[in-house]
Amino acid sequence: MSLLSAHGITVRFGNEAVLSDVSLAIEPGEIVTILGPNGSGKSTLLRALLGILPLASGNITRMPGLRLGYVPQKLSIDRSMPMTVRRFLSLPVRVGDAEATDALARVGLPGLESRQMAGLSGGQFQRVLLARALLSAPQLLILDEPTQGLDQPGEAGFYRLIEEVRRETGAAILMVSHDLHVVMAASDRVICLNGHICCQGSPVVVSNAPEYRALFGLGSQGALALYQHQHDHSHEPDLVDAHGRAPTDPHHGHNHA
Amino acid sequence: MPTVARQRTRITDIIMLDNLLGLDDFLVRAALAGVGLALATGPLGSFVVWRRMAYFGDATSHAAILGVALALALQLPIGVGTLIVAMAMAGTVSTLAARGWAVDTTLGVLAHSALAFGLVAISYVPGVRADLSTYLFGDILAVSKADLGFIWAGSLLVVALLVWRWQALLTATLNEDLAHASGLNPDRERLVLTLALALVVAVALKIVGALLIAAMLIIPAAAARGLARNPESMAAYATGFGALACLVGLRLSLWQDTPAGPSIVSAATVIFALAAVFGRMRRG
Repeated sequence: MSLLSAHGITVRFGNEAVLSDVSLAIEPGEIVTILGPNGSGKSTLLRALLGILPLASGNITRMPGLRLGYVPQKLSIDRSMPMTVRRFLSLPVRVGDAEATDALARVGLPGLESRQMAGLSGGQFQRVLLARALLSAPQLLILDEPTQGLDQPGEAGFYRLIEEVRRETGAAILMVSHDLHVVMAASDRVICLNGHICCQGSPVVVSNAPEYRALFGLGSQGALALYQHQHDHSHEPDLVDAHGRAPTDPHHGHNHA
Repeated sequence: MPTVARQRTRITDIIMLDNLLGLDDFLVRAALAGVGLALATGPLGSFVVWRRMAYFGDATSHAAILGVALALALQLPIGVGTLIVAMAMAGTVSTLAARGWAVDTTLGVLAHSALAFGLVAISYVPGVRADLSTYLFGDILAVSKADLGFIWAGSLLVVALLVWRWQALLTATLNEDLAHASGLNPDRERLVLTLALALVVAVALKIVGALLIAAMLIIPAAAARGLARNPESMAAYATGFGALACLVGLRLSLWQDTPAGPSIVSAATVIFALAAVFGRMRRG
């Protein structure tokens, strides 16, 4: 049985359908990544799957008794609230010291218990969020752009950690990302979203799908085009020329290629 | 003559009994009232600071004056009138905020208009003008035994409510999505805080007055921030500072015949300044 499945869900903000007719299912132990440009409804989809947003139509079914861990996109702990890492791990369910120590060691932050949350680096913070989510022994871990604000090595390290977690605990992982490279390497299945599901499948299948290439403005090129795309933030395929450069963008002149 | 003598004996007896209990000493009552209030304002004030609800506290407490007018007009106990109006105001503000109104402006309109309407309404009630400053600035030295019972009952109710929902309240305060994903309902936790705030306003009216209730929530909690490492210790420090401010303010009010609310809030501000200096020194 699928851990979580959505059947034709539509989410509206006012009159505008942000998601229309999205169906998907998460199977035990798989890593699924939702990929899409800004405003494509990625976070909306996750929040709908978590039951936070009301559905205009469709329905979501969970495996009975599903244990779910969630790592939000950004969690800013207001400086007005003092909070040690140890205390944070006990929200909302209190956990024992041994469990907390283990969870921190698991995410590569041993001995961090007494540090203030507000004093952590971005990478440490995300790992503590992950440690908290792991404490409920989740069968499904949902992460919303978990590496936002991390540098490249931090990001790569975080995705390695996610894979380790899956290997050790067998938890399925559903995450949102707009980071094409890492996602392609670290996912079993990719769902390409732009208000609806454009295409889905294994990373290789999706990266060759015309819908995916159109959505990300890749033309017929490979990695270089991808790189350019991220810099000029254009989703128009015709802005990228045959060499993968955007000719109208002064920041990427000939000397850059 | 014998009647007078007998009466005198009875009065002496009562006074002796009162001295034994201490409750007939207006100073003891005042001190107990202050400590009772601080029990509730410590933890609730911490939430007001964490959730940036300062203006929310203002709107609710200013509405208390409207509650006083209502109580006097309908001949209800002041506490009941205040509670009803504070609850209505807190509910209105939460609802509007949840519907996405510009919270800052909305609260600004509501806070000040509640005060203005309250003052206008109260001027229609005959014979209250003289007492008005009591409701605006508090009168801790005039706390009766019935007041004391009301204050402690209300405060203990608030504490019980916050202790019961503590873990859920903290989670929802950190991040509503996180609370949702853990199976909690952030709207319900917001309602708990709204209810607690209305209760505290009703309780605090007699002690600090409608104008400065929000200060009593925020200043001790702000003083506690620099010294605490966890939410619980911040709430505990805030309670201690609140109680201390009430006792010092009470002394000041008695000694200099100053209004109670402003005296207590002044004391709290001095504590805040000392805590800020101490916190900075400790951090080096």
